[in-house]
Amino acid sequence: MTLLQVKNLRVEFPTRRGTLVALDDVSFDIAPGEVLGVVGESGAGKSMTGAAIIGLLEPPGRIAGGEILLEGRRIDNLPYEQMRQIRGRQIGAIFQDPLTTLNPLYTIGRQLVETMTTHLPIGPGEAREKAIGWLELVGIPAARERIDSYPHEFSGGMRQRVVIALALCAEPKLIVADEPTTALDVSIQAQVIAMLKTLAREKGTAMMLVTHDMGVIAETADRVAVMYAGRIGEIGPVREVVRHARHPYSQGLMGSIPPLDRRVERLQQIDGAMPRLTAIPQGCAYNPRCPKVFERCRVERPELLDAGTTRAACWLYAEGAGHV
Amino acid sequence: MSDTPMLSAQDVARHFDVSKPLIQRIIAREGKRTLRAVDGLSFDIPKGTTLSLVGESGCGKSTVARLVVGLYGTTRGRVMFDGQDLSLARADSKQRSRMQMIFQDPYASLNPRWRVVDIVAEPIRAFGLMSDKQAIITRVGELLTQVGLSPLDGQKYPHEFSGGQRQRISIARALSSNPEFLVCDEPTSALDVSVQAQILNLMKELQTRLGLTYLFISHNLAVVRQVSDRIGVMYLGKLVELSPAETLFSAPRHPYTRALMEAIPDLEMTGRQRIPVGGEVPSPISPPPGCTFHPRCPLANARCKVEVPVMKPAGTAMVACHAVEEGRATL
Repeated sequence: MTLLQVKNLRVEFPTRRGTLVALDDVSFDIAPGEVLGVVGESGAGKSMTGAAIIGLLEPPGRIAGGEILLEGRRIDNLPYEQMRQIRGRQIGAIFQDPLTTLNPLYTIGRQLVETMTTHLPIGPGEAREKAIGWLELVGIPAARERIDSYPHEFSGGMRQRVVIALALCAEPKLIVADEPTTALDVSIQAQVIAMLKTLAREKGTAMMLVTHDMGVIAETADRVAVMYAGRIGEIGPVREVVRHARHPYSQGLMGSIPPLDRRVERLQQIDGAMPRLTAIPQGCAYNPRCPKVFERCRVERPELLDAGTTRAACWLYAEGAGHV
Repeated sequence: MSDTPMLSAQDVARHFDVSKPLIQRIIAREGKRTLRAVDGLSFDIPKGTTLSLVGESGCGKSTVARLVVGLYGTTRGRVMFDGQDLSLARADSKQRSRMQMIFQDPYASLNPRWRVVDIVAEPIRAFGLMSDKQAIITRVGELLTQVGLSPLDGQKYPHEFSGGQRQRISIARALSSNPEFLVCDEPTSALDVSVQAQILNLMKELQTRLGLTYLFISHNLAVVRQVSDRIGVMYLGKLVELSPAETLFSAPRHPYTRALMEAIPDLEMTGRQRIPVGGEVPSPISPPPGCTFHPRCPLANARCKVEVPVMKPAGTAMVACHAVEEGRATL
């Protein structure tokens, strides 16, 4: 059974000049223990998808259509208090900036204990012991002494470890991690990713990993969804999407990553920029930048179509289009 | 072209006083505290080439960028710009117009209340390079075309552009005084990867066409590989390795350089097991004694804990490491 199902999700922002559609008809599943990577350029809607799942869309943004189901139960229309119960207990969240996630006025121990006593049937004493265990697990040296420290007493990398401990301590089934390593230095990034991966595997936690860093996705995710202008352009096994992307946008995105193992005279680039939400072109949103554009792309919007081992929203893969 | 390097840094250091206020120091009986952001750096950048400095946050790479254009004074050592002491060059507006800087954040580095034409023309006006209004507008049009924008974009405001386009405006502004030397402090790290490719391609094209010399500051080794002739790896205010770009990637010598390369997530997914470097960058206020990398270094021994290594030639590279010097580091 799937753990999380997102069906035809649509998120709108009502503004004075009309309604902006930030997410349009986004559908995907996450299986228990699976890591789904979500990539795309800024403004593609990847963080928005994460925020919609954990019920933390910034107003006036709202879910205007579709469903989000956790273990077959709808969670997108729950009242705030019920959603708060699910958030933390069932779904953990890790954000980019560890400083804004942690309360600067409480010791990290207190924050961990509070999370556990709220969501798990244990008392404060037991929770404290468990908290020390979690801190050790995420690699905080001298956890027993440092549990009574405040967030500002930790470095950036250590703080992000505390945030991960906080997200995992109530043993949720799903973690939504939004750019968890972007604020960290590369050497620390590697440590944190390795740890996150091991923990998720050991505990059987599923993860939705939102990032713009393809390297992180390639190493961590099982499947990957490429987003463009509020929609999924391509979704499939990570190896397939990274090596043999089917959608011309995914191809461009992968091609523009500077290679580490060789020097190229000229990097592959995608000309132009992603359209603003106010001016999404008719047909396929990528058509003005697409090197393989043809007539149908300018008129009709493609849905996700079978493209061999992945699914791509591209008319090249429509029946009778003649695969390219 | 002469053999004088465009820029030459000779044992450059910049320390910052981060002491608490005097009264607090007296009460707490503490001494002064100094942050050694850059501590004895030497390098040359030959004309028409690119030197990149890489390192993690806090290693002092941005401080170097500010030192070499004179935004910070040096605490020790000196910077020579085309054979002339930088402080003298800074005093002469003709010399000063030969160097320009591109910053990381294209959202913060453009005045939101100015039209693009005024932003790009600012160096022309500041250096008094042209006075005729129409000539300036024509020149700005040329510059905008050169960076891939339209002359008509001059009438717009920065908020009407995307991040990549704004970075193009920053480049047009930097080019407007006909500089020969550009300092680029993380010019693409605020941009999406597809836009980053556009900007890197543009910078390479401009270098070929205009014969520019770049000092390129970045934390991204893959980006650095695409643009550099030589690369310096920094750790806690010091250079630990300085090599030709190809050598650095084919035969990294310093344990820190190797650790950095190990740490990069592998897109090719060859199944190679990465060994993340342990620990974190120590505070530059109280760096470890000896080699500052020794607490994290797999090759550290007793000597590394006491004796500060100096840059010594190793093949075509310069490396500051006892292990490399003693032959303990196997390639």
